[in-house]
Amino acid sequence: MNPKKTSRIAKHVIYGSVGLLVILLLFLIGYILITGLPGMSWHFLTSVSQSFEAGGGIRDQIFNSVYILILTTLISFPIALGVGIYLAEYAKDNWFTSLLRTIIELLSSLPSIVVGLFGYLLFVIKFQIGFSIISGAITLTFFNLPLLTRSIEDAFRAVPLDQRQAGVALGISKWKTIMGIVFPCALPKILTGVILSAGRIFGEAAALIFTAGQSNSVINYANWNPFSPTSPLNIFRPAETLAVHIWKVNTESILPDAHQVSSGSAAVLIIVILIFNFGARWLGNVVYRKLTATDKER
Amino acid sequence: MDDIKQKLLSKSKQTTEDWRGKILCYACLSLIIVLIVSILYFIVNRGTATFTQDHLSLTQFLTGKQWNPGHHQVGALPMIVTSFLVTILAAILATPFAIGVAIFMTEYAPRKETKALRAVIELLVGIPSVVYGYIGLMVVVPLVRKLIGGTGFGILAGTLVLFVMILPTVISLTADSLKAIPVSYRQAALALGATKWQSIYKIVLRAALPGILTAIIFGMTRAFGEALAVQMVIGNAVLMPKGLGTPTATLTSQLTSQMGNTVLGTVSNNALWSLALVLLLMSLVFNLLIRVITRKGAIK
Repeated sequence: MNPKKTSRIAKHVIYGSVGLLVILLLFLIGYILITGLPGMSWHFLTSVSQSFEAGGGIRDQIFNSVYILILTTLISFPIALGVGIYLAEYAKDNWFTSLLRTIIELLSSLPSIVVGLFGYLLFVIKFQIGFSIISGAITLTFFNLPLLTRSIEDAFRAVPLDQRQAGVALGISKWKTIMGIVFPCALPKILTGVILSAGRIFGEAAALIFTAGQSNSVINYANWNPFSPTSPLNIFRPAETLAVHIWKVNTESILPDAHQVSSGSAAVLIIVILIFNFGARWLGNVVYRKLTATDKER
Repeated sequence: MDDIKQKLLSKSKQTTEDWRGKILCYACLSLIIVLIVSILYFIVNRGTATFTQDHLSLTQFLTGKQWNPGHHQVGALPMIVTSFLVTILAAILATPFAIGVAIFMTEYAPRKETKALRAVIELLVGIPSVVYGYIGLMVVVPLVRKLIGGTGFGILAGTLVLFVMILPTVISLTADSLKAIPVSYRQAALALGATKWQSIYKIVLRAALPGILTAIIFGMTRAFGEALAVQMVIGNAVLMPKGLGTPTATLTSQLTSQMGNTVLGTVSNNALWSLALVLLLMSLVFNLLIRVITRKGAIK
């Protein structure tokens, strides 16, 4: 076989593997949507889930997922911002910085089940908060921090040095320069990072099954007092999210319509994550244009 | 005069502002450091209780095949072996495939198609692991049942699900490392009369080897720590795997399915924490491997 022929064959093999990858993605998304969408109805989205009978919905699971997502983002964003700013603007090239980077890498490589078990040990058992939304949200923060930190650091690093020099030349303090000049420049990228991490949080289940719990309490949506046990806003109630629900229904439940419920839930999950994925790009571009007064896309 | 002197000697508004900002940053840093230290402390503390409090032997834990913590038998070998088997098999399946796609992205595809492929890969990364597990349960398990018989649950099903899950990670990291190889390498090869494939196979892939290895280990880290998707298709029986199609259990699947059924402080519970400790240690080892490879293989 001569080299030219080999080169041609290699090309075909490579094109074939790309084709397979695209087919794989189409199959995955297609399977979820085709099996999930027919069973989707207003009733399914707005009724309470059942444990033993058919016909249950996923109303509370959707609410819990969104609520935990918002809480997690609110807790993790300021911390990740602080660390990201430090790494991008203040950190010197010394042992402490490299130790810090090692720690963050280590945290991001920990299996999510291990992080979940740590949360279980700390919040559910040691602090005796029990299975609750707040335990779940803080545990997800641990899991979310390393990636969010990295995307914020990258966003800050992408801002040209001139911007900082201009700020310092005007006699503004370094901190003011960072918050007043560099931060707005980095904001579009930061937003993209936050939304992408939101997609990960929304689909995460392993870290939640032992922290936010696998069951729901009875919730009354007319009760908006966050301290009342039946209020949806109460952060000390156990809450099963959509992703946990899919897992639970498929492993431990005896629902007669388990297949239907889980395919419907999976479809909702996938659709939300698709929206996050495309929304992240779109919003990043819009904000960039607004803040910098350019028409060009990034 | 005194006024000016005082103004010059005291801290300016800007300096205090800067200090305040720095302190905020350091507060966030210390949070992360406290977090990692306490994760390590708690898991190690709980995980070693099996050996320190319950006085079971470490060798029995690592080499025993009987898992029955209620009767003080904590042989974790079946789970350790299965965890490694699914991880390594998934990596073996994913590697050639990932390298092929990565080569396409960096060497063959026009810019637009590379961008489209990146979007595809990001979508694959974004699909939650329970959804992978669910599709595994609905599609892969029946397929395996048809192909090799048995229940369909087991190592093969776990491997296939993990293969799809780690694929996007391995592809994008491999593509990054191929992209980092200077164009001049390829030009030099082509100038010597090499075909495109020769330049890729003999020059680019060799030069990118450390990066590709790192990508594979990253994928293995993810596969080793994946819990729910594997738990849904592995069968959850703590038995030594006899073939590709017999039900078994991994470290993560055993943790997921049993942690809720045990009471803190009992032998059964401590034994589970020891499994978590093994997981933690393995992710440290993977991390270390990546560091060693990156340090040794950096392009000089």
